[in-house]
Amino acid sequence: MSVETKVEYEIVIGLEIHAELSTESKVFCGCRTTFGADPNSLVCPVCLGLPGSLPVLNRKAVEYAIKAGLALNCEIARYSKFDRKQYFYPDLPKAYQISQYDLPLCRNGWVEFEINGEVRRVGINRVHLEEEAGKSVHSGERLLGSEYSLIDYNRGGIPLIEIVTEPDLRSPEEARVFLEQLRQILLFTGVSDVKMEEGSLRCDANISLRPKGSTKFGAKTEVKNLNSFRSVQRALEYEAQRQREVLESGGTLYQETRHWDENRGVTVAMRSKEEAHDYRYFPEPDLVPLVVDEAWIERLRAELPELPRARQARFVEQYGLPRYDAEVLTTSPQLADFFEACVAEYGQAKPVSNWIMGEFLRLLKAEGKAVEQVQVSPKGLADLLRLIDQGVINANVGKEVFEEMFHTGKEPGAIVKERGLEQISDTAALAAIVDQVIAANPDAADNVRNGEMKAIGFLIGQVMKQTGGKANPKVVQALLRERLLGG
Amino acid sequence: MMETRDGRSVAAGAGELPRLTAADVAKVAAQARLRFTDEELEQLSGQLSDILRMAAELKAVDTEGVEPTAHGIPVYNVMRDDIPVPSMPQADVLSGAPEAKDGYFKVPRILEEA
Ligand SMILES: [Zn+2]
Repeated sequence: MSVETKVEYEIVIGLEIHAELSTESKVFCGCRTTFGADPNSLVCPVCLGLPGSLPVLNRKAVEYAIKAGLALNCEIARYSKFDRKQYFYPDLPKAYQISQYDLPLCRNGWVEFEINGEVRRVGINRVHLEEEAGKSVHSGERLLGSEYSLIDYNRGGIPLIEIVTEPDLRSPEEARVFLEQLRQILLFTGVSDVKMEEGSLRCDANISLRPKGSTKFGAKTEVKNLNSFRSVQRALEYEAQRQREVLESGGTLYQETRHWDENRGVTVAMRSKEEAHDYRYFPEPDLVPLVVDEAWIERLRAELPELPRARQARFVEQYGLPRYDAEVLTTSPQLADFFEACVAEYGQAKPVSNWIMGEFLRLLKAEGKAVEQVQVSPKGLADLLRLIDQGVINANVGKEVFEEMFHTGKEPGAIVKERGLEQISDTAALAAIVDQVIAANPDAADNVRNGEMKAIGFLIGQVMKQTGGKANPKVVQALLRERLLGG
Repeated sequence: MMETRDGRSVAAGAGELPRLTAADVAKVAAQARLRFTDEELEQLSGQLSDILRMAAELKAVDTEGVEPTAHGIPVYNVMRDDIPVPSMPQADVLSGAPEAKDGYFKVPRILEEA
């Protein structure tokens, strides 16, 4: 094969995303949806599929699914129904999953996201409501000569939405950025806590290659077991390269399901027997159809919050923030709310943004806390910034005070008083200390006299040390200049 | 048309009578963890074949232009509020399990990977 005829390939990716809905109880029974409870402690005859039990639909789950559909710009079906998807697997006690087949709740939506300065739009084929399966824990021990699994059905029956995109994504990076955007939309909409690490957000990806310019799709691979945003991108990069190599060596690709092995960084073919599924869908006879009228949809639409991209744009526009600040501050609705409440108290946006992106996020990260778990009130942060503005404390002491506010929720003024942290700006008091420091550090003083301004920093540091960090650095610098440089 | 686990179709087309053999029933029974005697398998394969034949007869009806009906009664939107109720005690949950361990159901492992 000559180099000139080498084919350029285009990558085609579509995603299937599952998100658990944040209801209190399961979708077809009243069992709680709490994560991390004792195994098989949150189950009942309905979610165990015991004979004679009947499912009843959770209205909140329907409303969350509709809200998700609206946030993803979907049409909401006026009439939809539930179907049984049959397969034999131990995590499915009824041997079928209640899902939606030909009449999903939401259809024909889209999501916009930004990548490398360009706005891209991805079609949403459908969003439907279904129930979660249980969870199996594999064990190395043997049962009757073969390995066994341990099954916990607590998760079984938690409401789930499945979101299916059109094959509109064109690179593994796009797939990751899109998924992050989708996660943020669901988070803002408040329908799911979208934690990939706890499995409340999961993603499978379909990927194929085709010669550039072709409109026909190539044979696709479904990649499963993508447990983080990073693994989505990595697995798809690996898979695109694998497919390219097969095609370039003259081979043929077949439709198959592959499992991402995070540790080895490769995708592995799954048993073909497992993919030859015929789910034998049929209408769920135990649930009546769902009719959604205009008034219900409009009521839910009115409840939708401002979505992340709109909120970012407003932060730039209304508060004059850099784009970067707007993006960081809108990583969660709680953080964005906290920022806006602080600005309302303080009046200026950029200093608030700096403190939140700096100290606040640093402490949150260090302690692994969520915004809503923290004690600092918006008024507290505004008061702290005013104490700094008024020169009552300096910025460094401000950080110390903030840390205490973060842990105890105390008012900054009270902390400053209690710990005697008021800044010393009194020239006479500081002059005495400045003179002592000059006397004790003659070399550094000489260096300053000779124009080495680095040394002045050292002397300021010594004064700070003597005053327990409370000296007003501006006054100290002025005093040092006056003494060593004559004004 | 019905398909068995190994992808083989059980014919239900025009003219052909759908039939399930005792072996087909044994296979489905094994997947559902059900045990039957040979006589029961024979009896069930006959009964299930009858059901398939009945479905084949229904398939022969001309439904051109007829709206699909998922449910026969005009009842919609039966829903409950999102209010949790107590679940079953774990001991009761596991009382019907052939094997249990540490609060879990214990089942033969199904291998997914090649
Ligand atoms: Zn239940």
